[in-house]
Amino acid sequence: MTVRLASVLRDHAAGQASVAVELAGDDATVAAVLDALDVLNPGVGRRIRDERGVLRRHVNVFVGDEECRRRGGLDAPVKDGTELSVLAAVSGGSA
Amino acid sequence: MTTVFAGTSKGLFVLRGDDEGGWSVEGPALQGQMVDAVAADERGGNTRLLAGAYAEQWGPSLLHSDDTGATWSEPEKGALRFPDDTDAALVRVWQILPGRDDEPGLVWAGVEPAALFRSDDRGETFELVRGLWDHPHRATWEPGGGGLGLHSIVRHPTDPARMWVAISTGGVYRTVDGGSTWEPANRGIRADFMPGPEPEYGQCVHKIDAHPDEPKVLFAQNHGGVYRSDDGGDRWHDIGPGLPSDFGFPMVVDPERAGTAMVIPLASDEYRCTAGGRCRVFRTRDRGATWEPLGEGLPQRNAHLTILRDGFSAGAGGLWFGTRTGEVFGSIDGGDHWFEVARHLPPVLCVRACG
Repeated sequence: MTVRLASVLRDHAAGQASVAVELAGDDATVAAVLDALDVLNPGVGRRIRDERGVLRRHVNVFVGDEECRRRGGLDAPVKDGTELSVLAAVSGGSA
Repeated sequence: MTTVFAGTSKGLFVLRGDDEGGWSVEGPALQGQMVDAVAADERGGNTRLLAGAYAEQWGPSLLHSDDTGATWSEPEKGALRFPDDTDAALVRVWQILPGRDDEPGLVWAGVEPAALFRSDDRGETFELVRGLWDHPHRATWEPGGGGLGLHSIVRHPTDPARMWVAISTGGVYRTVDGGSTWEPANRGIRADFMPGPEPEYGQCVHKIDAHPDEPKVLFAQNHGGVYRSDDGGDRWHDIGPGLPSDFGFPMVVDPERAGTAMVIPLASDEYRCTAGGRCRVFRTRDRGATWEPLGEGLPQRNAHLTILRDGFSAGAGGLWFGTRTGEVFGSIDGGDHWFEVARHLPPVLCVRACG
């Protein structure tokens, strides 16, 4: 499973644009992918979810080309081979 | 050489004074992040900067720098996290305060949601102070306009068991047993936004401060009302008469002159800008009996400025404040004369000086 990272997050992932994570089963959820990412790289993980595990308000996690909140949020299913993309929401900027 | 650190809504600026009275502007460090809190820990020889930063998308951090802000560090999991059993998550860091000289390594942090944390490793990792978090009042504290934050921490100068904190809105709380238990200390402070007589707690105290030589004398700028306590918070007395407005955010006690305190009155709760287009600091040298305006060197025409609670501080032998319109001013004679340190910065949220 590949998780592509927003450019600002790459500083916290040794410069990598994407991180490969291993999951036990063929099918998983967004939460399971993020849990695996958190183990590999907690510096990235805590910027996506807070310490309760809640997805930050202005962070979007796309499963393929669909934002996970449209598919059940962190419980959204992720089929093996699907790419996740973590991006800053346009709503999050401040003037 | 004096260095002033200005935390802004877009990062941390380092303002360095030279021998000729000039100032240079470096930064911003932590670019794009709101720097709500900064502290310069000068204990132990090498200055450590600590900053509370908030990235709108990526959340809060508490970082430290040992090279005056050039590089920053924090643990991968974050320096400050709420424990799992609290079901809470850090929103913002509102206040960072190093411990006393005889408490090496100790650093306090006040955060949103309202809580106090302590570090025993110079701010690299923090632990929740359970005594305050478990207080039965906590569930009924309400957020002020900026959120539910613990913004003021006042140490006792000699007794490590005693401490005061202030919360918006919760009011003032104090401990006499090192943080195990806390009691509200708000008698005499009004709460205009609540019906009935003054409550035991729930006031929107904006800032408290004290002089180390007079640990029982506390000063408070309230959300409406300016107060002094002579008994460590048992009772507060209104010292607002003599001020053009008793609304404002900062309260600064001059560390070099016990009994001297300063506020920057804003016109009203509704307007929250300096009254009449005049930027003036008001100083009392008699614990609030009388006030004098200090405006020399500050803009006195068409200056509708807002100074936030941590936007004014004393340090490095001077007084320093920043505005939401990006100016920073300083005084090195107790407020009699002021000079411009910087302008055109992003909105200034906090100011601290060292040197």
